[in-house]
Amino acid sequence: MGRALAILALIAAAGCARSPLVQAPAPPARDELVVLLPGPDGSTGALSVTHEGHQQTLDAPYAAARVARQGQLEDAGRLAPEQIRRSFEQALAAQPLRPATFLLYFLENSDEFTPESKLEIPKIFAEIAAHPSPQIVVVGHTDRVGTVPYNDALSLRRAERVQAQLVQLGIPAAQIQAAGRGERAPLVPTEDEVAEPRNRRVEITVR
Amino acid sequence: MRQGWTIVLALAVLGVAAVEAADEVGRVKIVRGSVTVQRAGAEVAATVGMPLQQGDVIVTGRDGSAGVTFNDDSLLSVGPDSVLAIDHFVFDSTTHAGRFETSLRRGTLSAVSGKLAKQSPDAMKVRTPSIILGVRGTEFVVRAGPVVP
Repeated sequence: MGRALAILALIAAAGCARSPLVQAPAPPARDELVVLLPGPDGSTGALSVTHEGHQQTLDAPYAAARVARQGQLEDAGRLAPEQIRRSFEQALAAQPLRPATFLLYFLENSDEFTPESKLEIPKIFAEIAAHPSPQIVVVGHTDRVGTVPYNDALSLRRAERVQAQLVQLGIPAAQIQAAGRGERAPLVPTEDEVAEPRNRRVEITVR
Repeated sequence: MRQGWTIVLALAVLGVAAVEAADEVGRVKIVRGSVTVQRAGAEVAATVGMPLQQGDVIVTGRDGSAGVTFNDDSLLSVGPDSVLAIDHFVFDSTTHAGRFETSLRRGTLSAVSGKLAKQSPDAMKVRTPSIILGVRGTEFVVRAGPVVP
């Protein structure tokens, strides 16, 4: 009997909670903001901002879009750089050091770097010293002589050779990774099967 | 017999460590104040040099901020009171194809896109509770509520 009453009371309470007299809590107020920034060289990319089927493109420095209390996507115009630096101060200050890239060339038919490339080595060491928990990525490239799979393998071999040389120079092996891009990313675009020494290179990124 | 099990256990531990290294999608480079990483239901303090994996969630406290460099050279950093989830990260270092999706559930984010966004305009997305950003490049900041008084 007592239990039946308790169940009835529970049902009644549940009924009250559902009654229109009790107001549902307001949906949480939103304040979402997106701002496109110029890069260090002043160039600006683009962002597409999508919200409930509406889309807006940001493609100018400091262009901004916002979803505020009303819950709709608004064009926020262009914000003042000082305001953004203030609002995002700590996130911007925690940005890791930008990766730096060095290009190394070999003497013809040799494992030895060109004299110019040898001068790059101390700069690479200085860059490594500047990065917390440094990672070095060695990426090999070829020209377009040969097939794509052949050049993928060749570029990886080139990268691994430089990786071994860097280890001999004193960089811990665990910090270095090798990758090959084959003929996909030529410095100097050419037709297929054209020999181009400037494309036979190795890029070292320190991040 | 006991020794046998010890070897099996040691191999298992080594195996897990190797898999984790291979699964690294990015690395913590800057930690200030209170920063934790949630992974598979556990929560550990973030440290400089910590490898991050797909699925990790970075959480900063009131005094916290953190910066991460991803394998495609993207840089993401969060300010105080922020929650950032690494939903997907796949990067092919030969073709530069892949997918990079993160969610800023709360707080502030600063981003510099890397090789994935450069290779394909559809590869990198950042979500907030109500917005989806398609990243064509390169630098931007995002804030996700609650309302600032």
